[in-house]
Amino acid sequence: MSHGSHSDGHANGHGVGHIVPVGLQFGILMLLLVLTYVTVAARWIDLGPLNIWIAMLIATVKAAFVVLYFMHLRYDRPFNSIIFIGSLLFVALFVCLALADTVTNKPRMWGGPAPAVAEIQKPAPATP
Amino acid sequence: MSSLNPAAAGPLVGAPAADNYLTHSRGFWSWAATLDHKRIGVMYLAGIFTMFLVGGLFAVLLRSVLLTPDAAAGGVKTIVDANMYNRFFTLHGAVMVFIVIIPGIPAALGNFVLPLMLGAKDVAFPRLNLCSFYLWLIGTAMALASLYWGGVDTGWTFYTPYSTKVGSSGAFGGVVPVVAGAFVLGFSSIFTGLNFIVTIHKLRPPGMTWFRMPLFLWGTYATAVIQVLATPVLGITLLLLLAERLLGIGFFDSELGGDPVLFQHFFWFYSHPAVYIMILPAMGVMSELISVFSHKHIFGYKFIAFSSVAIAILGFLVWGHHMFTSGQSELLGVIFSAITFSIAIPSAVKMFNWLTTLYKGSIDFKAPMCYALSFMWIFGIGGLTGLFLGMMGLDQHLHDTYFVVAHFHYVMAGTIFVFFGAIHYWWPKMTGRMYDEGAAVLASLLMFIGFNMTFFIQFLMGTRGMPRRYYAYRPEFQFHHIVSTMGSYVMLAAVLLLIYVLIKSLRSGRPAPANPWGAGSMEWQCASPPPHDNFKTPPPVVDAYDYESLEWDERVGGYVHRGRRGGPAATH
Amino acid sequence: MTQMADAVHPTSHAAVPHGDAHAHGHHPNLEHHFDSLTQQFDAGKLGMWLFLATEVLLFGGLFCAYAIFRRNHPEVFMYAHQFLDTTWGAINTVVLLVSSFTMAWAVTASQRGQRHLTSILLALTFLGGVGFMVIKAVEYSHKFHDGLMWGVHYDPAKHEHGHGHNGAHGAAATAAHGAADHAAPADHGTAGAAATAAPAASTHPEATTSVHAPETSGQPAATGAEAADLPPERAPLEPSQVALAPAGPAGLHTGGHDLHGPRPDNVHWFFGVYFTMTGLHGLHVLAGMAVIGWLFVRSVRGDFSADYFTPVDLGGLYWHLVDLIWIFLFPLLYLIH
Repeated sequence: MSHGSHSDGHANGHGVGHIVPVGLQFGILMLLLVLTYVTVAARWIDLGPLNIWIAMLIATVKAAFVVLYFMHLRYDRPFNSIIFIGSLLFVALFVCLALADTVTNKPRMWGGPAPAVAEIQKPAPATP
Repeated sequence: MSSLNPAAAGPLVGAPAADNYLTHSRGFWSWAATLDHKRIGVMYLAGIFTMFLVGGLFAVLLRSVLLTPDAAAGGVKTIVDANMYNRFFTLHGAVMVFIVIIPGIPAALGNFVLPLMLGAKDVAFPRLNLCSFYLWLIGTAMALASLYWGGVDTGWTFYTPYSTKVGSSGAFGGVVPVVAGAFVLGFSSIFTGLNFIVTIHKLRPPGMTWFRMPLFLWGTYATAVIQVLATPVLGITLLLLLAERLLGIGFFDSELGGDPVLFQHFFWFYSHPAVYIMILPAMGVMSELISVFSHKHIFGYKFIAFSSVAIAILGFLVWGHHMFTSGQSELLGVIFSAITFSIAIPSAVKMFNWLTTLYKGSIDFKAPMCYALSFMWIFGIGGLTGLFLGMMGLDQHLHDTYFVVAHFHYVMAGTIFVFFGAIHYWWPKMTGRMYDEGAAVLASLLMFIGFNMTFFIQFLMGTRGMPRRYYAYRPEFQFHHIVSTMGSYVMLAAVLLLIYVLIKSLRSGRPAPANPWGAGSMEWQCASPPPHDNFKTPPPVVDAYDYESLEWDERVGGYVHRGRRGGPAATH
Repeated sequence: MTQMADAVHPTSHAAVPHGDAHAHGHHPNLEHHFDSLTQQFDAGKLGMWLFLATEVLLFGGLFCAYAIFRRNHPEVFMYAHQFLDTTWGAINTVVLLVSSFTMAWAVTASQRGQRHLTSILLALTFLGGVGFMVIKAVEYSHKFHDGLMWGVHYDPAKHEHGHGHNGAHGAAATAAHGAADHAAPADHGTAGAAATAAPAASTHPEATTSVHAPETSGQPAATGAEAADLPPERAPLEPSQVALAPAGPAGLHTGGHDLHGPRPDNVHWFFGVYFTMTGLHGLHVLAGMAVIGWLFVRSVRGDFSADYFTPVDLGGLYWHLVDLIWIFLFPLLYLIH
């Protein structure tokens, strides 16, 4: 029932969990700290609209290291990765389609102070 | 719950099975703290059925209100005033959607039969399962508690800014408890879905491959995927709505520069897939009923299985068709409209496969089958009228009319037919008692007639311009409304008859054999009612739709495996 | 939080009696409906990942709101993010990353059956959570003090005296910004390089007057009947400020000491987004701390061993997810450029 010697229980393919060495995890931590510094530093370089993409790219790389090593996804069953990536895809779907609405539409959010009720061109749909 | 608690289940002691899940342990806490998926399923069923009656009561009341136009047009409204009418239809919608239909088939019947069908001892996380049930209870209690604060009159969609600004009395109003209740119900739904996915992945016994699973499990699995992926967005939507109402955060408030349409994106990202949470398990049950009562192997197994998954995925891509008239961008409207049409394909795949299964089958008009055939008619109409509404141009005319009301009742309330069919189908397994077939068939026919009377005429009203959710209307619609209301009374009669049938069965039904219908899936291979542990050793996995090896055994009054006469069925 | 505890729960308490006596040599932590510890562990992991997927989608809604607000009105985000303190944000990032590491180490230690080390590391992880929340509380109290709040509660009058250096808190917060901004002059040099740079610079003197405008008009508004319940944000604006709004992102002047620049409309959006995102995240940190506290108690009690560490593993997954979300929140809220 239990798995013989546990420190190498994963040797047979999949024992109960995979042990990630502490040294590797510490290395990942150092890498994450460096990347954090890089993100903060990156905002001192102006690249226009690229800045947010660079910040997001670095954040994604950091997240990937956390997921792969701290969360063991690299050694885990592939289906768990599918779930996680799937959830990200559905968030992307939601954000993209909802954003596409505002991008392709006249702005519904007023830049200035709210117009008087009579001036509102697009009232909220009637929900009597 | 009361009708099924151990005390009321007393007569069952007389049933032959000495030790089953109902008699395994006794006392209030043996139910309230149970981890047995079967007992949790039964408690869900009792609770959901009770709430169905509450929601139905609101429906009958508001249909009665609509018998006369209004005072100005010569009618006299005696039951309630306009404000109370708004509260009625809101609670009817919220109760039916969040409390009854969404958990209906998966949480109540799914909990009971899913591990049995799979050949597992329980769901993967029994404690989480019990937790889901209590969350359902708490959420339901919160939603009903709103009545204390004056009820809710926003409609079940809680559209902003009305739900954040006006609503009922005071800042708290009835909106806050209902919305918070829906949030809790959402978590109940998430945990049920999560549990089912893990159960189907990890607890399949050896030999039970994906493509040997009964199609109900495929339907439940696809449902669970939606529950896990869509419901959290409902959670955040409702949290933002509460933050808006209680803290004035202003995301959806145009007075603060916010965007009310953003709320609709949030809401429908969940609530459109939620329609498939309601219908996919129903479709799964359909595949079982149609095959079993035709005594014929299901046609196109893989197509039905994959069409469930396809519906689950596509269901996420169509939410914008609720917003054609809300000021959504035209481009996005076109995209959503196109995908909406494409979702008709997997739905039609199912319909055609059911029809082909019926073809040359030996059809047995038992009550579950009557409900199943009713659903095919009803869903056919509901699905096709959905295409009308998916057309951007036509939707301008039909949006927020009775046409929409009729459409979504044909789809969503249509699942109630399957729910009833499934209750009858698994009733002998759950209670160990048979029901009165004649009365049950009569109830199903009444239900079918009443339903079509109530809602078919609403299509006509809608095309002629009768807006939904209105208290007063023009006198020329009075005939339609009277027909519709009469239909709702017929349905009320049908439901009362159904309750009579079920109570009579509990009191004096003949003991049920293990397999009364001649079904091939695993739950029929254990005794009725099943023992506490389901299976001492998992039975050999066979094709769930193979009826050749089953034959009627007069001695047990049910079906047994050929060559196993007097086998498992006779042990009790 | 209770959901979280329950998500961990099912695979954790094993020996709960079911009223049936399975006494055929089961591991004490193996539940009756599983065949093996591996199956139970895999089921727990799968369940946890599904739960994490729901958390991702829960936060996904907020990221969606963020994207839409920022896409429509970048100037609000450009302006308002300056009130956040990048230094504290960065420190909090480091705190969470380190606590994530100690958590990951705790999982390794528990897998190896090092009970004392596991307990110590869980305690350290818990302390990381405490540190994060304390810093968050400090940041929140500054925001509350300065009226940098959401929706109707946003009150520019509280932080726009002169150059926004009112009170010790504000000074401390903005000084850190100032330091960061001085360190990289190139930043501001090119920020205004767009065509609208000129109006931004030329309206600089007006900016100081316009930031006083809501303040001065806010007082009469209190007596004016029709504006009585309007928040100061929506009090009538000076013409100069209205004219500034269409200037867009580049209309924001971020040079030198006057780092706040003219205030665009609807600044409260940013703080609405900020407080909902960090607030929900903070609740998750608290939930994670509760889970880790519970794991600590169990670890000290000696519940875990080399063949039963599932709760530590699952709790760890949750804690890493909380870290993961912060990894995105930090640049999105604090490092807007």
